[in-house]
Formats: sequence, C-alpha cells, structure tokens
Amino acid sequence: MTGYIIRRCVAAVIIAIGVAAVSYALLNFAGGSPVYAALGTHANPKAVAQWNRVHGFDKPLIVQIGNYVWNAVQLKFGYSYKQGQSVAALLDENAGRTAYLSGSALVLALIIALPLGIAQAVKRNSVSDYAATAITFTLYSMPAFFLGLILIQFFALDLHIFPPLVSSNVTSVWASFTHPAQLTLPIVTLAALTVAGFSRYMRSSALDALAQDYIRLARAKGLSERVVLARHLVRNACLPMITLVGLAIPGLLAGNIITETLYNYPGLGLLFYNALQGLDYPVLLAYTLIGGVLTVTGNLVADIAVAAADPRIRLG
Amino acid sequence: MEGVPPFGSPNIPTTAPEGGEVALITSGWRLAAHEFFSNRLAVVGLGIIVFFIVFCFLGPIVYPTNQTLTQPLLSDMAPAAAHLLGTDDNGFDEFGRIMVGGQTALEIGFFAAFMATVIGTLYGALAGLVGGIVDAVLMRFVDILLSIPLLFIVLILATRYHATLISQSLIIGLFSWQAPSRLVRGEVLTLRVRDFVTAARIMGGTRRRLILRHLIPNALSVVIVNITFLIADSILLIAYLGFLGFGLAYPTASWGDMLGNAQDAVSSGYWWLVYPVGACLVLVVMACNLVGDALRDAFDVRLRKR
Repeated sequence: MTGYIIRRCVAAVIIAIGVAAVSYALLNFAGGSPVYAALGTHANPKAVAQWNRVHGFDKPLIVQIGNYVWNAVQLKFGYSYKQGQSVAALLDENAGRTAYLSGSALVLALIIALPLGIAQAVKRNSVSDYAATAITFTLYSMPAFFLGLILIQFFALDLHIFPPLVSSNVTSVWASFTHPAQLTLPIVTLAALTVAGFSRYMRSSALDALAQDYIRLARAKGLSERVVLARHLVRNACLPMITLVGLAIPGLLAGNIITETLYNYPGLGLLFYNALQGLDYPVLLAYTLIGGVLTVTGNLVADIAVAAADPRIRLG
Repeated sequence: MEGVPPFGSPNIPTTAPEGGEVALITSGWRLAAHEFFSNRLAVVGLGIIVFFIVFCFLGPIVYPTNQTLTQPLLSDMAPAAAHLLGTDDNGFDEFGRIMVGGQTALEIGFFAAFMATVIGTLYGALAGLVGGIVDAVLMRFVDILLSIPLLFIVLILATRYHATLISQSLIIGLFSWQAPSRLVRGEVLTLRVRDFVTAARIMGGTRRRLILRHLIPNALSVVIVNITFLIADSILLIAYLGFLGFGLAYPTASWGDMLGNAQDAVSSGYWWLVYPVGACLVLVVMACNLVGDALRDAFDVRLRKR
C-alpha cells in the first residue's frame, strides 16, 4: 500500500509538471509574453525586445517553461499588468469565494444524487425511476448557462424570490455564507449539472451492487430490507462514487467560469473570464495551472481513497 | 459514464437460452443494428437528429429569410405571422436564424468529433500495438492533456484565432481525442490476446489481415459509440464559446452565439430569442447522448437479449 501511494504520488507530480509545461506552451502559442500589457499595444519594438530580455521572454521555450515551473512551485505566478497586482494576490483574493461556491455545489449535488440514484435502482423501471432519469438526462444535455437563464427567468424575474445577479456587496466568503439568498441560484445551477452526471452513475452502481451475492445472502439470512439497503447496499454502491468525485473537478472548474460569469459572482471563474477579454496571460496561465493541479490532486486522492476503502483491491 | 444501464429498457438479464435451441448465425453488426432499432429511445434520438439535419439544411429552402442584411427597424419584434419566432436585435428572422445557426452547430460538432476520433484511434492503436516505453510516454501525455479542463484550452486558443467554422472545429477536434485514444488502446490491448485473434494467427493470418479483419472491426464499436458523445460534447462546447463571447463572426452564427446575448434578452422579456434556440440545442445534444447510450448497449454482448 505504501509503495502504491508513493508510486502514485510520483506519477502525479510528473503529470502536474507536464500540465504546467503544456499550459505554458499553449499560452505561448496563443500570445505569450505579457509585454504589450506592460508597455502598451503600440510599444517601440526596441523597448519590447529589451523588456522581453529583462524578463526572460527571449529565452528558448524550454528554458521559459523551466523558469515558470520553478517559480510556480514557489507560488510565484508573475504579475498581472492589466490589473496592476501580482497574480498570487488576485488568486488569493478570489479563491475563497470560488471554493465556497464549488464546495457548496458539490456537497449539495452529493446530498441529492446519492439517495436519488439508490432510490432509482431500488425502484427500477417504475414511473418515478423513468421520471428521474428523464430529468437528469435533460440536465446532463443542457449547457450550464441555459439552465441558469431558466432559473433566473423563473425564480428571479417572475417570482422575485432570488436576485438575478449576486449583489456587489457580497465580497467575502462570510458575506456569501450569511446572505444565502444571494448565492442560491449560482449554487443550484452548478449543483444541478453535477447531479445529472452523478445520479446516472450512482443508479448503475447501485444496480450492480443489488445483483451481487452478498445482497442475496443478507436477504436470505432474514435481515430487514432497511438493514440490507442501509448496511450492505449503500456502502458498496458508494465506493465507485469516490472516483467520480475526483473526476468531477474539471467539470466544476469549467462550470465555475460559466456560473460566475452568468451571475456576476467575483471568483476565480470571473477572474479568468475577464482575463480572457483583456488577454491577461499571467492570470490565464496561473488559473489553468491551478485547475490542472487540482484535477491531478483530485484523481490522486480518489485513487488512494478507493484503494484504502475497498479491501478487494490488492496492490502489488 | 461507463456501465450505465440502458435508458428505459429492462436491467435484469433475460433468461438463458433453453437447451437445444440454436440461434441463427448472423453478423455482429446486424445483431447490433437489430438491438439498436428495438430500443425505442434510440429510435427517437435518431429521429430527432435526422429531423434537425433536414430542418436546418433544407428548411431555408421552404422558409427563406434574410440572414445577411441587418434591419434595425425590424429588431426585437415579438412572434407574429410574418416572423414565426419574431426577430433578433439585428432584425434577423429568429426562426430562419435557428436553421442557419443549426447548420453551423451541427457542422462544427460533426467535424470536430470526426477529427478527434481519427486522431484518437490512430494514437491509441499506435500506443497499444507498439507497447513498452512508447506506450507509457504516449499515455502519460494523454494523462497530462486530460488534467487540463478542455474548456480552458479551447478558450485560451479562442483568444488567438478569429472564430470561423474551421478554426472552432480544429480547436475542439485537436484537443478532444484523449478519450477515444484511451478507449482504442484498451481495446487493442485486450483484443491482442483474445482467442479468436490467436486462432487467426495460428491459421496463418498475416499481420495486415489481423489488423484489418480482426482488430479494427472489433475496436470500431467503442469508437462509434464514443463519436456520438463527442458530437454532443462539441456542440455544448461551442455553445459555451458563444456564450462567453468567442462565437463566430457576423453574419454567421451558431446556436451558442445566438445565446450569447441571452442574458439581456431574458431581462428584456424577449423570450423568443432564448427558449426556442436553447430547446433545439438541448434536444440535439440529448438525442446524441440517447443514440450513444443505445449504441453502447447494442454493441455490448453481455447485455444483449438472445
């Protein structure tokens, strides 16, 4: 087990470095040096060359990548000339709000999807199973912003229950927490899309578990249906979900960009969107790298958790 | 989603064949086709896709509209007899625009999915057949690309390139081949050691014959299933690009671009600019997913009814 964890961690570090290198190469390809942001779009070519030399943007790509990775390891992400702040400060300022939004959405999605999937599997092929499948299937096929717009139309413009945009007063995580109405629609939007993927998976996982011999044995020895489901089904059916939560991170990050843009909630997603509009390369690069590292970490933790939780998995 | 049971069909395996019963020998493809068409939801999904192809590509002949010249005087009109779904802020007929926008959305979706499939199949087959260190390096590169959310990659590249039908298809196609490459590699690895491949080799089958007659046709089923999901994902992805303002340049538009101003339209009460086109988008993506699910079940021998 220890050997497995060490090997997985080493692989994860290599992949993370690869993510940094590929992101840097992509950004370099798309535009690269932030020199025009620093000196203005009509900067003198001599000054541009001089600036690039001073800041190391004239070196071969492989050296630039090496420098970037080395700085990133020390959490130095460069300087956003558009916003006049260091990228690390910008990320630090917005990360909490995004973590709150994504975390709440993920928890809400799990709270809905796990019981829903199990209930669907237990009452398979009933009217309620078909109805739930139809709804989750529709959500699964829906762009996040379209769902968000429907929610805004219905709950904000027609019924006036929730505000259509997050108020600009909600600047801290604490404010988000103490003004739940402000964040209800963004969280629900992000959660609904996550539920769509989760519950489909949960249903099939529970169906697989229901067909196993240990369920038959539990019933045969006369356990009540409630105990069979709670003790034997739920715990086994939830195992594959550990992997799925790890795999959900890229979807949540992409969902953040859409949701935060739609509801004007100031988090990392909105920061990324604004950086795209202003071609603020250091910010784009930093968030892409963070997204990649989070994904790698999520998969790593999920793999180790599954190995630890499932005694059937034997590791060499 | 691996192993999701067929949408709406019984999940319990049917009874085993009775002793002495002999099944007709038909090709696997015909069996799969039969299985596919006996799934009602699959037929509905296929019907929706065919309907939208006809609607978008032949519709403008029956319902010709002006989609190139802006007409400010006709902007944002509610649905009426002259304009079945009203007009947008440029004065374009919305019903006609859904047809034209659907053409681009479908073209980009199909083209990107096709490209990703070709690249992924070749890449995965190479990794699986060569094996060893080459395989390890190739697959670690796939791991790296899979760790960067696709939307990030596509958005970053979209800042550099002027959005056209070709550039959007290329950007999406060139970065969404990781899933098919993994599938094909896995398939090649398991097929190589299967008995029928060994048998063919023992009977003197050449390497070329093994690849063309045995490996490719058997690996093809996972590729075909995946292509439908790729189409669905690509159509969703261009919708996101359009919404975030990286859509096609005027006067062309895809469904996603038409939803780019949807937020303003919703707050102004111009519902006809949001819900019809959004519904079309959701329907097509859902139909692709339905067809994909049904195809996977049809190709999956273990789920097949006898």
